[in-house]
Amino acid sequence: MVTFFGVPIQALMGQLLLGLINGASYAVLSLGLALIFGLLNIINFAHGAQYMMGAFVAWMLLTYAGINYWLALLVAPLVVGLFGVLIERLLLHRLYKLDHLYGLLLTFGLALIMEGLFRQAYGISGQSYDPPQMLQGGVNLGFMFLPLYRGWVVVVALAVCLAVWAGIEKTRLGALLRAATENPALVRAFGVNVPLLITGTYGFGAALAAFAGVLAAPLYSINPLMGSNIIIIVFAVVVIGGMGSILGSVLTGFGLGLVEGLTKVFYPEASSTVIFVIMAIVLLIKPAGLFGRAN
Amino acid sequence: MMWIAAIAALALAAPYAVYPIFLMKALCFGLFAVAFNLLLGYTGLLSFGHAAFFGFAAYVTGHAMKEWGVTPELGILAGVAVAAAMGLVFGLLAIRRLGIYFAMVTLALAQMVYFYCLQAPFTHGEDGIQAIPRGKLFGVLPLDDMYVLYYVVLAIFAIGVWIVWRAVHSPFGQVLHAIRENEPRAVSLGYKTERFKLAAFVLSASLAGLAGATKTLVFQLASLTDVNWHTSGEVVLMTLLGGMGTVLGPVAGAFVITTIENYLADIGAWVTIIQGIIFVLVVTLFRRGIIGEALAFVERRRRQ
Repeated sequence: MVTFFGVPIQALMGQLLLGLINGASYAVLSLGLALIFGLLNIINFAHGAQYMMGAFVAWMLLTYAGINYWLALLVAPLVVGLFGVLIERLLLHRLYKLDHLYGLLLTFGLALIMEGLFRQAYGISGQSYDPPQMLQGGVNLGFMFLPLYRGWVVVVALAVCLAVWAGIEKTRLGALLRAATENPALVRAFGVNVPLLITGTYGFGAALAAFAGVLAAPLYSINPLMGSNIIIIVFAVVVIGGMGSILGSVLTGFGLGLVEGLTKVFYPEASSTVIFVIMAIVLLIKPAGLFGRAN
Repeated sequence: MMWIAAIAALALAAPYAVYPIFLMKALCFGLFAVAFNLLLGYTGLLSFGHAAFFGFAAYVTGHAMKEWGVTPELGILAGVAVAAAMGLVFGLLAIRRLGIYFAMVTLALAQMVYFYCLQAPFTHGEDGIQAIPRGKLFGVLPLDDMYVLYYVVLAIFAIGVWIVWRAVHSPFGQVLHAIRENEPRAVSLGYKTERFKLAAFVLSASLAGLAGATKTLVFQLASLTDVNWHTSGEVVLMTLLGGMGTVLGPVAGAFVITTIENYLADIGAWVTIIQGIIFVLVVTLFRRGIIGEALAFVERRRRQ
């Protein structure tokens, strides 16, 4: 058997793939967080709950309405995105004049409510969700066995990240968004409806989180706590990458997923803490984050 | 001064009217919230990871008393010392980032402590450290007597709150206040604000550790719940609800939240839901908290 530093290459590749999949979730989630933070100056603590909701809505669509995975991939982000729009209009927009910390606290409260409601309704044992027919099974690549669904998740997450990047860097709407992030008052003076832009951004960020949730649904058991478990890691990812650049957060997300996977192979005891350790080291060496600008 | 005497009298008489364990739990969380508020209310730093100090000190005290058989005062001292050392490390890392990042860094570091506690053998994982003997304080005061224990907890609480009160009403506290209002200005006046923030962080972490260590004595248990991020969120909620502009506001918040938990503990996830609703209500409607709003009300009446 081929080995790499005493580890069978099959096992190594398997863990790397798992790491890449986790990294895909980190990337999509930190992308949404960075978008929302850029325009609203709010850290969206409910991001994890919105991720969890995405997975649950997909599961509910299948269980109660027989709507399949492909449609759920569209509908669930739409539902959660609209829910986000509602939250922004009803609650968040009251807080923009206050200290940024209040936004964090409000969304933390919302996360508790959502998590609690789903726990009340479905318990914490978790629901299972089968991958769609087309993506079941896998292919043998010679050096490893690739389950099709896992490959699909990595590819589609990467595509979404690139599409969001292109949308923000290359389109007119993206240009407005960037301008409003730099100087909202000036953009507003030019006649752009900035509050609408803000509402849309929050909704879009929530929808992205839900999209990541649907992608994750067939991989893990769908459970009310899945959101809070991942969001704290994503916070560390965001601190490591810095929220200054879109591609930076995508790169950091995937990279840290891989590092986590490698740690599982070589030193499994540290796999749950390695990202936090990296965060501490980055804080010591480059406090603004790898891709961040100093204030 | 009148009302301080009234509160003291009430606190001394309370265990004869209300279940002492409940009172002690509220006092421990009250001290925890007062310690936390030294950062949020008086320095303007939102730490989302204070459960790490509270919970880890609980583990250290529990381990020292059960496995090494030390007396309660040494057990508590060990817990506080470890919490202080952790506060120093966390503080050094966290104050490198400002505002919202500060909250995320503390949360992430606390989660690291949680995962460590989940795996480390001495915490006994999901079981926690159970049946910790209370022993005799200074070798004389038998803490297994509920009333003795209550007055000891009350004394620890009073000392902790007094320390925070002294710190806030000292020149040191004035500098913290200046940092909260306008840090660049404080820097331009020649203060090394990082050192002041670090000192406040270490003090806050130590007192949070004191609260956690005391909680171990009361419940004879140290468990993963104490280091979980939910506990970090709870102490934020207590402080907000009670009023972060005052020294005693967080205590009021702690009593309210502990009472809610006491009555709703049996009906599943409702505690979480109600906590979330209180968060949303306080942040959108009354940001000064219970005590803050009450003081503002009295002030308005006085002016009329």
